[in-house]
Amino acid sequence: MSVNESSRTPTTNGEIQGGGKSVHEQMRHDHLITSKQLSRADIETVLDHAAEIDADRSAFADRHADKLLGLLFFEPSTRTKMSFETAMKRLGGDIVDMGAVESSSVTKGETLADTVRVIEGYTDALVLRHPKQGAATMAGEFVDVPLLNAGDGAGHHPTQTLLDLYTIRENAGLDDLTIGIMGDLKYGRTVHSLAYALSNFDTRQHFISPESLQLPREVVYDLHQEQERVQIREHESIEEVLPSLDVLYVTRIQRERFPDENEYQQVAGKYQIDTEALETARDELTVMHPLPRVDEIAPAVDTTDHAAYFEQAHNGVPVRMALLDLLLRDGGETDE
Amino acid sequence: MSNDHDHHDGNDDHELRVSKIRDGTVIDHVNGGQALNVLAILGIDGSKGEEVSVGMNVPSDRLARKDIVKVEGRELSQDEVDVLSLIAPDATINIVRNYEVIEKHRVERPDAVTGVLSCPNPGCITTAGEPVTSKFEVLDDAVRCVYCETIVRDEIPSLIDT
Repeated sequence: MSVNESSRTPTTNGEIQGGGKSVHEQMRHDHLITSKQLSRADIETVLDHAAEIDADRSAFADRHADKLLGLLFFEPSTRTKMSFETAMKRLGGDIVDMGAVESSSVTKGETLADTVRVIEGYTDALVLRHPKQGAATMAGEFVDVPLLNAGDGAGHHPTQTLLDLYTIRENAGLDDLTIGIMGDLKYGRTVHSLAYALSNFDTRQHFISPESLQLPREVVYDLHQEQERVQIREHESIEEVLPSLDVLYVTRIQRERFPDENEYQQVAGKYQIDTEALETARDELTVMHPLPRVDEIAPAVDTTDHAAYFEQAHNGVPVRMALLDLLLRDGGETDE
Repeated sequence: MSNDHDHHDGNDDHELRVSKIRDGTVIDHVNGGQALNVLAILGIDGSKGEEVSVGMNVPSDRLARKDIVKVEGRELSQDEVDVLSLIAPDATINIVRNYEVIEKHRVERPDAVTGVLSCPNPGCITTAGEPVTSKFEVLDDAVRCVYCETIVRDEIPSLIDT
């Protein structure tokens, strides 16, 4: 699961189940760059561990008392950054934060490759968010401590995916799942990461978006590589597919993707969910959103049984605790 | 010496443009119009005094029009020429010593090419002034940036890093 191999050679379940290295050993000291590198067994290990932590957080309170996590956020973040910070502190560890780009050495023209090599020397693991696609892949080539990708431009956001999967598993289960993913599918990195990860499970994936914001051909190409397991359909309208869904994953359509306000309003209006729209949905439908939302989910939906997006955001802590715990275990330590 | 057969037609003009070489490499059956890209990929621009002959859009039996590149004094390795498969999939490589072709082979598609192409995605980390060499995975009918995962199908010559 090294960085370059990971983008092309997913770990195989057979290797993990066949008595070779345990998934804990494989994940230890490793980078998490893209959800593509995660096998079904990897995902289940993280989610099971997150459930364990969720059930009794105090048991993990001083697990990493001597460890420091470096936060390198070259783009604004609230949830991702704060939940990493919370997760590390709940494990007994601490964080060091580069702070805003404006007050860092980046303004002096330092390369990312240099920055990560410097901060690596201060910390036991790194979390990186960067506006450029492939930034985490490249940074991972320069450091030995575990590096977690917290978003690289329009690329990947695998820790968001793991908390999304955790939420889906808690609410609807991950196999025999019919999921609709709606909104900005072109630039939405959470969408790409989620679609890849779901291809490890028996899922029917419906992608609902305006034509101009359909999935990039790179993502479709990869999903078609998994064709035997995954069924993919693309739609322009939610109505035809909503009644069949177990999960509806809504993302924000950004104003800046459209040339003018009128066009934005016309398009975005078709991809909004309110209680009236949900009348045709199954009672068990789970509605998710990576947040922040603007107006794509009406506030009235918040109090329905469908709404799982705040729970989803809260799940960021146990899932990131689980990931950090798995990645920060000492080299000589055996699985407990 | 098949690379010269197409030109032994008594046409002095052809002889003049694509002359025989003594020691070096002849790259034949390059898709018409791609010869300069071949040189760019090989990093040959004449500034180091390389002796190079180029024939462009020469009539050919196998390809309607083909280019030929002859490089004197340099024997290209298989790794070097395999990169050419991206823009000249039918190219044949002739290694010449003392006017005789001593080795002849086809280009084969490599698994990946490093440092030859530039990623066209302005949002890719490899275009951001970082100390990183571009790397593309070679797919059946396209190449793909290992960093940002952008897939390029038709515009590969325009990505050649010159």
